[in-house]
Amino acid sequence: MEEQNYIEGIFRALKTLLVGLKTSIKVFFEKDVTEQYPENRSTLTFSEQNRFCLEMPHNEKNEHKCIACGLCQMACPNDSITVTSEMITTEDGKKKRQLVKYEYNVGQCMFCNLCVRACPHDAIRFNQDFELGVFNKAKLIMQLNHPGSKVEEKTVAPKPVAQVTAPKPVTSAPGQTDKKEE
Amino acid sequence: MFDFSIITKWFHTLLTGVMPEWLAIGIECLIVLLFIILLYAILAIALIYAERKICAFFQCRLGPNRVGKWGLLQVFADVLKMLTKEIIKLRQTDLLLHDMAPYFVLTASFLTFACIPWNKGLDILDFNVGVFFFIAISGIGVVGILLAGWASHSKYPLIGAMRSGAQLISYELSIGMTMLTVIMLNGTMQFSEIVQQQADFGWNIVRGHVPAVLAFLIYLVAGNAECNRGPFDLPEAESELTAGYHTEYSGMHFGFFYLAEYLNMFICGAMAATIFLGGWAPIYFPGMDGFNAVMGYIPGFIWFFGKAFFVVFLLMWIRWTFPRLRIDQLLSLEWKYLMPLSMINIILMALVVCFGLTL
Repeated sequence: MEEQNYIEGIFRALKTLLVGLKTSIKVFFEKDVTEQYPENRSTLTFSEQNRFCLEMPHNEKNEHKCIACGLCQMACPNDSITVTSEMITTEDGKKKRQLVKYEYNVGQCMFCNLCVRACPHDAIRFNQDFELGVFNKAKLIMQLNHPGSKVEEKTVAPKPVAQVTAPKPVTSAPGQTDKKEE
Repeated sequence: MFDFSIITKWFHTLLTGVMPEWLAIGIECLIVLLFIILLYAILAIALIYAERKICAFFQCRLGPNRVGKWGLLQVFADVLKMLTKEIIKLRQTDLLLHDMAPYFVLTASFLTFACIPWNKGLDILDFNVGVFFFIAISGIGVVGILLAGWASHSKYPLIGAMRSGAQLISYELSIGMTMLTVIMLNGTMQFSEIVQQQADFGWNIVRGHVPAVLAFLIYLVAGNAECNRGPFDLPEAESELTAGYHTEYSGMHFGFFYLAEYLNMFICGAMAATIFLGGWAPIYFPGMDGFNAVMGYIPGFIWFFGKAFFVVFLLMWIRWTFPRLRIDQLLSLEWKYLMPLSMINIILMALVVCFGLTL
């Protein structure tokens, strides 16, 4: 730094100063990034990577994809998922496990996404609902399966199931949901 | 261009018709004082609002927008808050000097404010050594800052005040030299005369071409340093000195420093507008008579405020772009670069004026 020519230094300084001024005036005319939260509630959007609250998507016939295997419950490091299931016998005499209650405690969840990764059937995913504040701790425990819902039968509607399960690698669940959202 | 002195003369004759002259002058002085204080307050509020908004836009933010439409009442709310705050008197401070310091800064700011020619015939302090007077009284501010640092009996204010003293004494030289350049071009030290010449022969920055542009750039840098702003705000360097020389101040005493800082920025911009950009003189292109006539209808004070705020915007742009300098960098910038450059610039301007190369 000491070695540089005096005159050269002046011109280099001027050049770098002008570069700085150019950059800041560009930012000046850019669109502001501030989100005015309560007002823009209806138009507020988040990056797809945001994970706020676990949900179990149901189709229009009130069917979900959970087979009550309990892998998510085992994967959860915080014990925030409790899967209650029962054994039933189907018409053709097979024994089958059926979901009774899928309880999820947001208060304990650390949004690590391990449950979604563990799920072999893509039955659960994280959604973009971020307004989770409640006045009662008990309200933090949510039941994710809707009342009266059933597991989606693969034989009944083969086509949509095939479509949904088409992207094979279950382990890359977040990336997969990204693609689906697009 | 409308000559405002018609109104002031008419008012003077009106008053002297019904009362002795000393009383008339006294009343006029009171009116002028009121005018200055009112304008000072209005400008301070406008500048603080502008600063906050422009700063926000430079950082991709929105700025204040909750109090009033577009946050217009935010500054009023802040001023009210500041007025209701307690002025704390610390045991170890030199109370007399501590209380005096903000008034020194404010007085300097007010006096320099009075030098500004607002319109044709509307200048408050206007005499043949106006530029000298301006430079002299702008030096009172540094006394206030040094007093504030000394009387606070605390290490951060003292360091801040010493830095400020070193900085102001250094950059005062560059300001003086750039003003000298303009004085050489115009051949007068009277502000009204300087502006009148620019209205007659074109703005100084055009008329003096290369040396005038150089002088303008040097003035911008030195003026920014004079206001303790921008990359030169190390007297208050928050990260090192909490708030610098006004660390121990609270309430409206702090508010005075704050006001003076913003008004000094405006005065710096207004001076740049007066001596380089033609003050109240409208824009003028030779040959385009229709355009010039239309421009001539715009009142002088609007031209003046437009130009002053343009320079203020430049200062804010500089402030929100560059990082703060270190004290040794600051002093070497002045003594090794700006001072020699402005000296060479004076010689250049002398040559230009001698050989009649002005445009």
